[in-house]
Amino acid sequence: MSKPETLFRLLDAQKVYNINGGWSLLGRSDPQQLAALDGVTLTVERGDSLAIVGESGSGKSTLLRVLLGLTSTSEGRALYRSQEIDSLTGDPRRLFQREVAMIYQDARGSLNPRMRVTDLIAEPLRHHQLCSEAKVPGRITALLERVGLPADIAERYPSQLSGGQVRRIAIARALAAEPLVIVADEAASGLDVSTQAQLLNLLRDLQRDMGLTLVFITHDLSVASYLCSRIAVMYLGRIVETGATKSVLKAPAHPYTRALLNASPRFFEPIAETLAGEIPSPINLPPGCRFAGRCPDAQAACRQTDPILAEADGGQKAACLYPLTPGSV
Amino acid sequence: MTPTLAKLAETAPPIIDRVQRDKLLRLSNVNLRRNGRSVLDNVSFELMQGETLGLVGESGAGKSTIALAAIGLLQGAGIDLAGEIRFADHGNLLELAESEWAKLRGRQIGMIFQDAASALNPSYNVGRQLGDPLRRLLGLSRPDARRRSIELLESVGLNDAEARLKAFPHELSGGMQQRVMIAIALACNPVLLLADEPTSALDVTIQAQIMQLILNQTRTRGASCIFVLHDLALASQTCDRIVVLYAGQVMERGNADVVLRRPLHPYTQALKSCVIELDTVTLTPPVGGIPSLDGMPQGCRFAPRCPRATAKCAAFTPPLQSLEGRHVACWHPG
Repeated sequence: MSKPETLFRLLDAQKVYNINGGWSLLGRSDPQQLAALDGVTLTVERGDSLAIVGESGSGKSTLLRVLLGLTSTSEGRALYRSQEIDSLTGDPRRLFQREVAMIYQDARGSLNPRMRVTDLIAEPLRHHQLCSEAKVPGRITALLERVGLPADIAERYPSQLSGGQVRRIAIARALAAEPLVIVADEAASGLDVSTQAQLLNLLRDLQRDMGLTLVFITHDLSVASYLCSRIAVMYLGRIVETGATKSVLKAPAHPYTRALLNASPRFFEPIAETLAGEIPSPINLPPGCRFAGRCPDAQAACRQTDPILAEADGGQKAACLYPLTPGSV
Repeated sequence: MTPTLAKLAETAPPIIDRVQRDKLLRLSNVNLRRNGRSVLDNVSFELMQGETLGLVGESGAGKSTIALAAIGLLQGAGIDLAGEIRFADHGNLLELAESEWAKLRGRQIGMIFQDAASALNPSYNVGRQLGDPLRRLLGLSRPDARRRSIELLESVGLNDAEARLKAFPHELSGGMQQRVMIAIALACNPVLLLADEPTSALDVTIQAQIMQLILNQTRTRGASCIFVLHDLALASQTCDRIVVLYAGQVMERGNADVVLRRPLHPYTQALKSCVIELDTVTLTPPVGGIPSLDGMPQGCRFAPRCPRATAKCAAFTPPLQSLEGRHVACWHPG
């Protein structure tokens, strides 16, 4: 087998939003800059499964918008198969849109409430002209079966479906375009444990059986470890730790990853001492490490020097001046 | 002691000694029909003073419905609620007049709703929403209520409390909104706190903070707490007792340690097998979903999804029986 094909490559990608100052009695206040993505470098190879993990406000969703070409970077490059994503036009853009499918967090909101399930799934088939009109009904039935739904659901509207069923329809719609990559934003959160487990198993089977590449956004490390072989932990617009899921979770090198690990509920263990405070505003960040303010191990140097992503003991990369060693966790 | 605190000591219910535990809440054979369709079927359980109890199960199991019934918010056309909910020495809550409810709700029973963003009033600032119950229920003056509000916000871990009084809900993060709602629920020192999925909309790190906060606050006040949860791992970390519900029926109940370590009901076992932990290799969720109100099965409501179901299960509802230190409603426990 040849070298795996690189699908996505982000090179020092940045996304800075300019916030115009508001008006007050004293006049207009100074405009400020918000760096939602602040130098993210990332590759996704064909067949990969990558989890992007972090709290709300860590920049996960901006990263996802950049990958989908919905937001262009302010600095750095975002490439899909060596082409700039935001400069794709015409046929290459249509191909990109077919190859990269998205499952939105709010699955119900992503489906047109006035379309029946059958029309919702037929839409990508017709749009990309993937099969002749005569074969459309057969494809729809096959797709519904693939996501574990009965064929008679095809005539219903989204409002007549349960939360779990709606997610399955969103997955079927994503699969209809015969994509190479599925990008899923919290695709299994906000559901019952049983429905969540069913969906996670479905996503895992799809990935295994169809060789799909998966980029999965979540705030739950256990979900990440269940679905993905690689993990990237984000904090305030940066990747602070990345590597093979197994090694990152077994021996986290970054104190933030350790804190996320400790916060996951575990049977019969007391609630762990967790991180104090919340993720700060990305406007006017202090110098030094952006996690220093919440880090239990922060030292004086952490408030001066901004750490870069460097190789850590467990084989993963971490952006920390004093990375944790496997024994210290 | 400031006048505020002196006044509070008079008005607030006494802190209960944790050693002598009395029954605080007892549900006996609570049945709820909504437009003739059975929502809760013979639900019975007890809560002791100072205890935390977890109501667990999938959506549609009736967990939130029980919480709403216990705070008297289940009223209106088509609602037929029968049975007994006894609370402290207030008699059967189901027979309480609305005027009597006003003395209990917020004052003796506090409620933390799932979605803080929509439970808080978007057009009033935090100070007003927190000050209202203090002034209306405890009769505090405006400056006293303000002082007490600041104390409350500090006790739920909001820094810069004085400035936060002026904030509107949309100016706060999800975690901060949840903290404000906890402060409102605790404002009148209730003896019972109902928390309906207080952290399901929050990040894991904030979830741990908020659960710890609710536990600390109820413990220091000697209050009891009922959590509505769907995550059994979280329930095992936070609850003394567990009531497992499915489609409006109690499947298994008892001490959290007993029920969750070695569940005897196939439904509790199925729920436990859905919990994803860091070292989970395969999840084996039960097939299908909870039945609709129109299609409630006869007999055991879990039977259609149960791997152990027999003809008997489909025909007869199993009674809740004492077995190995807990109560379980199953014809084939184990």
